[in-house]
Amino acid sequence: MTILIHELKRNRISFLIWTISIAFMLFICMIMYPEMKTSMNSVTDMFANMGGFTEAFGMDQVNFGEVMGFYAIECGNILGIGGGFFAALLGIGILSKEEKERTAEFLLTHPIRRSSVIFQKLLAVLLQLLIMNLVLTAASAASFALIGETLAMKEFLLLHTAYLVLQLEIACICFGISAFIRQSGLGVGLGLAAILYFANIIGNINSSGEFIKYITPFAYAEASDIISSASIEMPLMLLGCLYGIAGIVAAFIKYMRKDIAA
Amino acid sequence: MKIIETKNLTKYYGKARGIIDLNLDVAQSEIFGFIGPNGAGKSTTIRTLLGLISPTSGNASIFGKDILKDKTEILSNIGYMPSEAMFYNNMRVHEVIRLSADLHKKDCRKNAAQLCKRFDLDTKKKVNELSLGNRKKVSIVCAFQHQPDLYILDEPTSGLDPLMQKAFFELIHERQQQGGTVFLSSHVLSEIQRHCQRAAIIREGRLIACDLVENLSNTKARQVVLHGVNTVPALSDLKNIETSTNSVSFLFQGNMKDLISEIDKLPITDMTITEPELEEIFMHFYEGEVTSK
Repeated sequence: MTILIHELKRNRISFLIWTISIAFMLFICMIMYPEMKTSMNSVTDMFANMGGFTEAFGMDQVNFGEVMGFYAIECGNILGIGGGFFAALLGIGILSKEEKERTAEFLLTHPIRRSSVIFQKLLAVLLQLLIMNLVLTAASAASFALIGETLAMKEFLLLHTAYLVLQLEIACICFGISAFIRQSGLGVGLGLAAILYFANIIGNINSSGEFIKYITPFAYAEASDIISSASIEMPLMLLGCLYGIAGIVAAFIKYMRKDIAA
Repeated sequence: MKIIETKNLTKYYGKARGIIDLNLDVAQSEIFGFIGPNGAGKSTTIRTLLGLISPTSGNASIFGKDILKDKTEILSNIGYMPSEAMFYNNMRVHEVIRLSADLHKKDCRKNAAQLCKRFDLDTKKKVNELSLGNRKKVSIVCAFQHQPDLYILDEPTSGLDPLMQKAFFELIHERQQQGGTVFLSSHVLSEIQRHCQRAAIIREGRLIACDLVENLSNTKARQVVLHGVNTVPALSDLKNIETSTNSVSFLFQGNMKDLISEIDKLPITDMTITEPELEEIFMHFYEGEVTSK
């Protein structure tokens, strides 16, 4: 597992910055809740009646004035955007950076199978996302306690699970792309995450955008849906997992036989 | 068993040629030279042998094992120095060396320490802060610390100062004594001449010569300059003929007695006969038409 450890070490600063930043934002949001709750009633009505904007962010399904509703809207977005972008960042670079930074020749002339290299790098991505989400879940739970609110455990855990799967899916798709490219790919990765996010918003507003939910993970990781129904749309999430697995398979097939550029 | 053996090894990058029908072999404990102009296919050959790129056709074996099927096993016994050493930025020298040893699953700390001392390498520095020559030294340690049986070296002395170059070849000869084999790709023809037993010359993707170095470098040739005449003596076996207003020079490879008797017939005012520049001999292979073997 030399490469796994090497990757984790190399990325530790980026990992810490992202994890701490997202945790910090979640914290700040929750800290603001008690104050917002007191001036809530008028705000809730306003948010619930903004037409398209309301539907886009799922604010017609939950009560923004209740703690779980608030958590769903605010923190769901932070987890989705922050986590989604970090997942894309991790996935899109991990294979391609070896050729971009010209270290592939050093790494791949050592006695390790390419399959092992791919596997350990994949593991590095998945592990970082897993650990980050555990930390964020704990930080969120702590923030609830700090403001003296009780969280609805089932909805809370379902929400975090859904966002974890979303991040894993995005990371694995980007991992697949990473095997094909020789340059940074940062634009592609972040662009993909952004498109998936906005596709979901469009799908929420536009009633003829039904098919969009089959494409974007932000559809099954829709915080307001999860909180209000206390469940995740399993078929959609499984489809998302399938997309992720396709990305992994593509990475293996391509990278195993790729000619490594000088 | 040949240490390296290629059979019609061919690599095309799409339509662009890399190497075509390469047939060479390297015996054990040999220091084998590999030379050719830029773009000839030296790097392509090396990268194919190491499994970085896959051949279009043909095959090759190292230590008697197929390079495609037994790649991992082969690589565990090879020390490779690329022409441009690139390491992970912000890692320190000792970390890179340790990573290489870990990837070989060997404890090379003692060897590494000895080599770092021998080549005067500061292991605490970050690799991206090193000069080219010092990065080369890191490359040397990584290639030699695990004591492989085959060394594939691509322009290993470029960037090294003369003292380090001397130390480097001492190291090579030590490993050769211990049974190691060296595949040396270099543009420094004097290195090839001084240290290699056999050498292959590649041009435009094809092998154009593969022979003992002494045969290739044709040390029996003599560079002749005659002053006072501007016509060439009536001899065969003359190469690189150059004439100017009052002198003529050429490379002579025939019988010395014939040369002297012919020169005797000419009204020369001065004459020099010297061993030719090494480069001139090899350049003959670098230029001109390629005739495929």
